[in-house]
Amino acid sequence: MSNAPAEEIPAEEIDLAEANHIIDKYLTLPGNLMPVLQGIQDSYGYVPKPTIDLVAERLNVYPSQIYGVLTFYAQFHLKPRGRYIIRVCVGTACHVQGAERIVETFFGRLGIGHAETTPDLRYTFEKVACLGACGMAPLAMVNDDTYGKMTVQKVDEIVETYNQRPMK
Amino acid sequence: DKSSHEHDIPFYKNQQRLILGLNTKIDPKSLEDYLAVGGYQAMAKALLQMTPEQVIGEVKQAKLRGRGGAGFPSGTKWEFARNAPGDQKYVVVNCDEGDPGAYMDRALMEGNPFTVLEGLLIGAYAIGASEGYIYVRQEYPLAVDNLTVAIREAEEHGFLGKNILGSGFDFTVKVHRGAGAFICGEETSLLQSLEGKPGEPKPRPPFPAVRGLWGKPTNINNVETWANIPVIINKGAEYFSSIGTESSKGTKVFSLVGKVNNTGLVEVPMGMPLRDIIFKIGGGVPNGKKFKAVQTGGPSGGCIPEEYLDVKVDFDELMKMGAMMGSGGMIVMDEDTCLVDIARYFLEFLSDESCGKCVPCREGIRQMLKVMTAITQGKGKEGDIELLENMAMATQGAALCALGKTAPNPVLSTLKYFRHEYEAHIKEKRCPAL
Ligand SMILES: NC(=O)C1=CN([C@@H]2O[C@H](COP(=O)(O)OP(=O)(O)OC[C@H]3O[C@@H](n4cnc5c(N)ncnc54)[C@H](O)[C@@H]3O)[C@@H](O)[C@H]2O)C=CC1
Ligand SMILES: Cc1cc2nc3c(=O)[nH]c(=O)nc-3n(C[C@H](O)[C@H](O)[C@H](O)COP(=O)(O)O)c2cc1C
Ligand code: SF4
Ligand code: FES
Repeated sequence: MSNAPAEEIPAEEIDLAEANHIIDKYLTLPGNLMPVLQGIQDSYGYVPKPTIDLVAERLNVYPSQIYGVLTFYAQFHLKPRGRYIIRVCVGTACHVQGAERIVETFFGRLGIGHAETTPDLRYTFEKVACLGACGMAPLAMVNDDTYGKMTVQKVDEIVETYNQRPMK
Repeated sequence: DKSSHEHDIPFYKNQQRLILGLNTKIDPKSLEDYLAVGGYQAMAKALLQMTPEQVIGEVKQAKLRGRGGAGFPSGTKWEFARNAPGDQKYVVVNCDEGDPGAYMDRALMEGNPFTVLEGLLIGAYAIGASEGYIYVRQEYPLAVDNLTVAIREAEEHGFLGKNILGSGFDFTVKVHRGAGAFICGEETSLLQSLEGKPGEPKPRPPFPAVRGLWGKPTNINNVETWANIPVIINKGAEYFSSIGTESSKGTKVFSLVGKVNNTGLVEVPMGMPLRDIIFKIGGGVPNGKKFKAVQTGGPSGGCIPEEYLDVKVDFDELMKMGAMMGSGGMIVMDEDTCLVDIARYFLEFLSDESCGKCVPCREGIRQMLKVMTAITQGKGKEGDIELLENMAMATQGAALCALGKTAPNPVLSTLKYFRHEYEAHIKEKRCPAL
């Protein structure tokens, strides 16, 4: 489930202090590229372009190598993501319990598709393959909260609830 | 207490919870709890009373086979790694758990990370490895948390680090998070990922046992495989191999899900008939519907119809059925489930997850998916089935890794047992399941 193409990355001003701190932490670890990028993503919510240049310089790797890693793995994001990440499981157990209908309903309610973010940065939507709670299929998650035995009605309830939540 | 009640409930009564049993008895963040139920005794026994060769001998004699899906004899693999030349060796836990519909590795890692860690320590001692890595799927943050606590507690008690229990054996372990790539469960790909690279598989041989992480001999096992080790050392190979069938020993955890009344993780001795798992433990199919098939083995596996439900579940019997043990996913489907759609579903999944390194897999899966999609949309043509079979053969034969080699299995197994459903879709433009 692939990432946004690299050319869409916006130029931006960001504070590199945190990124430097993360790089310091892993500087001597063999195979540190992934943990560094994961740390940056955890901290900024995505991997901003200036941090990529910084990582390239400080770890002495080519930016192309970094992009190779960022685009190979589905869980790296090159653009800012929504405040609320909605993930719907389309793993096998959820598929046979009608996950596709849940996905379609979210698409309709949010007006975005897989791996997309609403313009107001409230929501990002993702299909994922197995959230590891197959006994409660079909499954959805909003950030860290899990919603089991999903129905179309529950989709409406979730969207209503999170529309009211604060953006900070 | 909780366990005596479990005896009365059919869901638990027919299980043998050798591996999962402790999950309900301990707090996963409390080393004290684990010690109170006999934790780390197997490690102490191995390190203080057994030579590495004796440990390997015990695992070989227990006839433990890899729970990651392929069922390779674990003791033999350990021996390869031990005998491979090199001073620096590694051990790795594969907790990438990619099969979409299986979650036993998650349950073990979250509910009892100690057992996995203890198994890993014993393996490291046996193989002669001083460093270990635990590769955890990105979607399992709680597993990472609990594991991190378990590692810290083990360090504080001198179960990790230098000169463990005064035995002279040194061992450290690191946790590595995956980043959302199914292919990284494949061992060579996982090792690439540990080195900080895109996770593309490499040709084997050389197997990791000889040339693995950073080019050094590396032994990689699945979470559940590692969790079996303390049981074998504590209770002995003889006890362990008394459970199960001729070819498959011990228990296996299955993720019993889909159209079945009692869903959840079930642990049973190898060799239990499918029918008992689905009907005695699972309580059968809900809403008075008819059972149609059970899918085992995930995207590499196959669908087994009603008439073969008496097959005894072990590595070899499932393989004979054109299905597979895989990681233990068991998805029950009722009369309303369209098996052509299920086969299409797996192709779509694998087409997304193919790493793209080799053409037979990248293109083969995509082309099969096109044909399958057309069939499910009522646009199938005469000759499509034969075309699918030809493409399946080509993909199986020419792909580099098992993702591609096994990708056609769901199509082939549904064609084998449910060919008439394909024909109905193609000739009559209808789905017999709807
Ligand atoms: N657990 C999960 O979520 C998933 C599991 N799978 C399973 O993965 C399996 C395929 O995995 P592979 O690693 O390609 O299987 P494999 O049969 O090639 O290897 C199994 C293990 O035995 C070792 N091995 C085999 N021959 C050896 C030799 N001559 N010397 C030393 N070591 C040797 C390999 O290194 C590996 O660790 C499938 O059976 C499938 O069921 C696939 C997808 C997901
Ligand atoms: C595409 C693919 C995905 C795999 N995913 C996993 C996985 O998630 N977990 C796992 O333990 N083994 C997985 N395997 C199997 C590993 O390559 C390897 O055989 C296994 O980790 C060895 O451990 P075992 O001997 O304990 O089974 C996968 C194999 C392939 C081809
Ligand atoms: S078979 Fe598929 S997943 Fe495996 S190396 Fe080739 S393209 Fe990648
Ligand atoms: S298949 Fe949806 S949670 Fe596992």
